[in-house]
Amino acid sequence: MAIFDSALIQPLAMQVTPPDWPGGYWWHWLFFTVAIIAFVLIMVMGAIYLERRGMGRMQSRLGPNRTGPFGLLQPVADAVKVLLKENIVPTTADKIVHWLAPVVAFAPVLVIFAVVPFQNGAMLADLNIGILYVVAVSSIATVGVFMAGWGSGNKYSLLGAMRNVAAVVSYEIPMVLAIVGVVIVSGSLSMNQIVTGQDIPYILVQPLGFLIFFIAACAEINRSPFDLMEADSELTAGFHTEYSGMKFAMFYLVEYAEAIAMSAIIATLFLSGWRGPWLPPWLWFIIKTFVVFFVMVWTRTTLPRVRIDQLMGLAWKFLFPLALINLFVTAIQVVVWPDISQWIFVIVNIAIAAVLILLWSKFFKLGQGRVEV
Amino acid sequence: MKFERYGIGIIKGMAVTIKHLLRHPTVTQFPDQRLNISRRSRGNELIWSREKCTGCATCAKTCPQGAIEIVTSTNMAENKYEVETYRVDTGYCIQCGLCVEACPYDALFMGYSYERAKYRRAELVQSNDELLESPSRPASGYFHPEIAETLPKQTLLVEKIVEKRKKK
Amino acid sequence: MTTTRELTLKTEPFVLNIGPVHPSTHGVYRMRCTLDGEVVVDIEPVFGYLHRGIEKLAEERTYTGFIPLTDRLDYISPMSNNLGYCMAVEKLAGIKVPERAEYIRVIMAELQRLANHCIAVGSMLNDAGAYFTPFMYTFRERERIVDLFDMVCGQRLTYNYMRIGGVSQDIPGEFLPALHKLVDRLTIFIEEYENLLKLNEILLARAKGVGILEKDTAINCGISGPVARASGIKWDIRRNDPYSIYDRFEFDIPTCENGDCYDRYRVRIEEMRQSLRILQQAMKQVPKGPVKADVPHLIRPPAGEAYAHIEAPKGELGYYIVSDNSIAPYRCHIRPTSLINLAALRQMVKGWKVADLIIIFGSIDITMGEVDR
Repeated sequence: MAIFDSALIQPLAMQVTPPDWPGGYWWHWLFFTVAIIAFVLIMVMGAIYLERRGMGRMQSRLGPNRTGPFGLLQPVADAVKVLLKENIVPTTADKIVHWLAPVVAFAPVLVIFAVVPFQNGAMLADLNIGILYVVAVSSIATVGVFMAGWGSGNKYSLLGAMRNVAAVVSYEIPMVLAIVGVVIVSGSLSMNQIVTGQDIPYILVQPLGFLIFFIAACAEINRSPFDLMEADSELTAGFHTEYSGMKFAMFYLVEYAEAIAMSAIIATLFLSGWRGPWLPPWLWFIIKTFVVFFVMVWTRTTLPRVRIDQLMGLAWKFLFPLALINLFVTAIQVVVWPDISQWIFVIVNIAIAAVLILLWSKFFKLGQGRVEV
Repeated sequence: MKFERYGIGIIKGMAVTIKHLLRHPTVTQFPDQRLNISRRSRGNELIWSREKCTGCATCAKTCPQGAIEIVTSTNMAENKYEVETYRVDTGYCIQCGLCVEACPYDALFMGYSYERAKYRRAELVQSNDELLESPSRPASGYFHPEIAETLPKQTLLVEKIVEKRKKK
Repeated sequence: MTTTRELTLKTEPFVLNIGPVHPSTHGVYRMRCTLDGEVVVDIEPVFGYLHRGIEKLAEERTYTGFIPLTDRLDYISPMSNNLGYCMAVEKLAGIKVPERAEYIRVIMAELQRLANHCIAVGSMLNDAGAYFTPFMYTFRERERIVDLFDMVCGQRLTYNYMRIGGVSQDIPGEFLPALHKLVDRLTIFIEEYENLLKLNEILLARAKGVGILEKDTAINCGISGPVARASGIKWDIRRNDPYSIYDRFEFDIPTCENGDCYDRYRVRIEEMRQSLRILQQAMKQVPKGPVKADVPHLIRPPAGEAYAHIEAPKGELGYYIVSDNSIAPYRCHIRPTSLINLAALRQMVKGWKVADLIIIFGSIDITMGEVDR
């Protein structure tokens, strides 16, 4: 991967601010567009492999190990298989919406990677509102999911899609509030500057923020335990019940690409992104992304699925107040004691997070949710 | 003030799954690794001994599915029954083993082999010489303890796991 | 506990068809659910997709010839089915079963209970959304139990082991040592399995207080087995109407009070522990001797009728046989556990969400082979 060598990238990256319009800008654009698409596809394959093998081992199985060395080619084999499958559109489906849905779901996921820094300044666009852009773009995929649910003309799909919309709308708020905590500490909305300012990984400075962001991210991209929209034991496959062949492959790709995107953002915001000793920065970034993704696989393997009203309750009663308090505490710390060492805040914030979680667990009630009918 | 439900159960559960990540998987990769099947295995083919069979048709009477068809004729010269056709429709057979149990002359055996799928439905109906014992169709020890003695010992998954633990 | 819908929007119910082919209907069960959004307003069970007329088939077969077909009733626990049927015929014909055979039967029945509860608990948690992990773990253990069944009777699913007046063959010499190891292993396994999800907050939220079956309802519907015991009914035929040699063993009958899904899970786990206790006592006491009474192959019981019931893993399993002194039963009626346990499903799921419907249904633990017969 010599292409990521700083010698090649740094000059290009430097030209971004201010952009050398139109000369180097277009080379930069072309290079990173190709790189991002390749990166996403390769990472998705890696993610699928990691998930299937890791999950297999956690379930005391082996996972796929026949295709290629250690089963590494299994995602390729699956992709080829799924591409050759027949494309079935139900008669009751809204044909255009059904056709358009995977595209609408897939595009925003790729777009997120435009602002993710692989290395210092190595990104498609160093937007000064990078993280805001991520929040704005990432929820567009929901439109695609809802189109799939509605366009399929299937009640399972519709239920799944409705659940997804409800989840995304609710979880955007704690997610954004958790991000604001990071933004206050770092003093910038640009992803690259957030990383540059992270001398201590923000997971230590913002432990509660990390937890909230991780949970909200899991809910937003429908990873277990919040995978309600494709709850296989309830809704067979949720919104993509009626999809087959290439369109299904698109949704499958979206699922993992979203997971990778969120892992990358978590790695950037909370795990100091590409920073790290000895290894080249882009490798650090990929390692951290996969570590976060592995935690997602791990939770998926272990935890049961929550119910829709519990999902909502968790967002509004647990994460939202905690995110507000976290924001408040962070703001006070930054404004009142701007000069003292962050290591003091690390200890204080971890203590605050523990106390808050303990306190809020008192509000966690069981056996609710029955409606008189 | 009692605090509970703050995530300790989730952490415990996740500890269990991560422990399994480091353990040896318990699966057997079938076509490459094979476990020894039970000595009393009731495989999907019946094995018939022409020498021992007297044509009494007890097996046919016992069969709950009526899968056994037996045609006999009298051999006046030697004053005995002669089995003309012995036909088993293995498609109907449910491998219950009652025929083997019922046979008074020990002329029937369950098959020990497996992977005996056929490509044509008609091939499932086996008769006469197709039913005899051969190296590809060994007899199982079901109701025949003397055969069971000669067969390889069954691989027990319980023993497998215990051995592995002791090694650690 | 419950909320009324007066304050919410006016909504309209719709019909969602769950099954007959659905990941979590445990076979070919079909529920026509009337849903109001996510809330289950009403369900109408439809079954009979797996009807094979086994009761009628019994009239066409000899008494012994019907034993293999009882395997096909509750294919998760064929040993118990064999036992129930053989006991009914023995009662009819007045056959005394040898001591050793009784012990072997008890060992098999208790192993079968363990195997069945492995599947019941695993599939219930799988329905709750834990992505196959609890299911894989229990299946791994079931595999070890099935291995022992394979050793004694030569098959892994349709055992056909019990005979009228005993068992078909004596247990091989390596059986008891293997059983010893198995019991040790299962004791460790249950501890570990309890760690996996017993205190899991999400499972508690999903299962505790959900799908409550009141004691009165349970009695009125004739519900038996772990489902009834979870509702606080201390009814176990092994104790209340001791058959075979169960009066010789020391064991408790675990009960719970609430009758919710979580209690059903707890009761099953406790029953597994009690089964291990019985096994530990039984395998020490197995006497020498014959394993089958002197019974002709074509048995002709005297004209009359007999009903024998046993505590099958899923509840009370009864066989009612009428004889007219021929080689085949004149009439054979089976009291199927699963079908009768399903009777209260409608009361249990009303007002809960779709996700709860699945977990409540899973917690009853049914086998379609037995429901439709």
